[in-house]
Amino acid sequence: MNAPPTINVSLIVRLVILGLVAVIVQITAISQISLLGVSADLTPLIVASVGLLAGSVPGAVMGFAMGLFVDTALVQTLGIDSLLLTGIGYGAGRLREARDPSHTLVPIAIGAAATAISQIGYALIQFLLGVDAPVSFLLVREILFTIAVNTVLALPIYALVRRVVAPALPEDPRRRRARRASSVAGGISPLSQPKAPRRRRRRRLRVI
Amino acid sequence: MYDKQVRRRRAILALLVGLSLILLTAYFGESIGGPLKTIQRGMLEVFSPIQEGASRALKPFKDLTNWVGDTFDAKDRATRLQKERDALRKQVIGADQARQENVQLKRMVNLNANQDLALSTYKPVTGRVVARSPSLWFTTITVDVGSSDGVHNNQPVVDGAGLVGKVTDVTSDAAIVTLITDHSSGVSSTVQRLNDSGILQTATGNPNDLLLQFLPPKSNVKVGETVVTSGTKSSRLDSLFPPGIPIGTVTKADPEELNLYQRVHVKPFADLRRLDFVQVLTRPHARAVVAKAGNTTP
Repeated sequence: MNAPPTINVSLIVRLVILGLVAVIVQITAISQISLLGVSADLTPLIVASVGLLAGSVPGAVMGFAMGLFVDTALVQTLGIDSLLLTGIGYGAGRLREARDPSHTLVPIAIGAAATAISQIGYALIQFLLGVDAPVSFLLVREILFTIAVNTVLALPIYALVRRVVAPALPEDPRRRRARRASSVAGGISPLSQPKAPRRRRRRRLRVI
Repeated sequence: MYDKQVRRRRAILALLVGLSLILLTAYFGESIGGPLKTIQRGMLEVFSPIQEGASRALKPFKDLTNWVGDTFDAKDRATRLQKERDALRKQVIGADQARQENVQLKRMVNLNANQDLALSTYKPVTGRVVARSPSLWFTTITVDVGSSDGVHNNQPVVDGAGLVGKVTDVTSDAAIVTLITDHSSGVSSTVQRLNDSGILQTATGNPNDLLLQFLPPKSNVKVGETVVTSGTKSSRLDSLFPPGIPIGTVTKADPEELNLYQRVHVKPFADLRRLDFVQVLTRPHARAVVAKAGNTTP
């Protein structure tokens, strides 16, 4: 019989700190840096990374909380970011749970998809709520450039989130299997084998 | 056990989505003094010192990244600026002559050139930009001056180049400024040479392209003309912006578009993507001036 799910306090603390720092850095610095005429948006990347690493429920909760914090800190319409980021976190987490993708480039694809969902979803919700001004076709270009900039940043952000979150996560069964196999078969990679002690070369004296 | 986990997972998702929708609906239908907006203002008050500290700490990183971007654009910008300088030099020569004539004419009609009633009522308060919205839709910035510095809602905000926006939310030591590129913004503006007035709105998605709408259909607006705030004053509706604040230059004035949609395209003077410091035009003596104006009005 499986044990009931326990609350991982260390993970919660790490996610709270990560969320707070990420939102503050985003709104105080990243939003004011222009790359290709647009600013990077780290929030969907961070939420998608948390979903990929920790699962659907932590991903969804992280998305909701970060969205709420962004909307509150910037005095924007409450609920839009929460709704979108909840979906992104849940979706990334379900992908991990259902497919368990292990390719190195998965975070890039997920980051691009998360940004696209965030940007297009935001535009759709704004249209539903009503836009007072005319909308330029250049909005499409801005959305595409934001996706491009975020795609470039997806891998470093994923690595950063993994560094913060991984120590608090329960052990990954796949990694455990790989480690066990390496201990039985002598290692999956020659790099992981312990180094043999170096032999000192004896110097031979040449007699001239 | 598996079914239970699935049900729990779906219940959490439904709860979070439901909460988001409730917040969205409640916020949208709420008045300015509603509980959600009060909570937001409280949070802004709590987080504004943190945002200010983080903004100062991250400024070198921000400047470095922007410097790299600027280096790539430097050559194009230098060529463009040289052309602008040549054009402006010609204008300055013409303007000097016009100013001298103007002084003479004002003396003739007994007007005091220093008595600019509209701008003399404003006191500029300089604030640092500490946060900015990452969304393409909410073009707002947070500045580190608030009601304790005399800042109130709907006050105009400028930088060295021209109009930036207006204050839309205030706490004791921070204020939210909605930029003129926000989709909810509309500024009554005038083409300086012709005195033709219209409403300046943004084309959402293109912050460098503002639309001066509702111009007279036969207006003779040309590319390169300066657009300023009109500052219309009437007994019922007072414009938020004082007259004569520069906004931008006309970049496209297509006669067909002017006839059909009564609009021209304007590029703002202020670089709204890179604002470090702005000035809020506060009105400390507004009441006194209004009273004075009321006494003099027959």
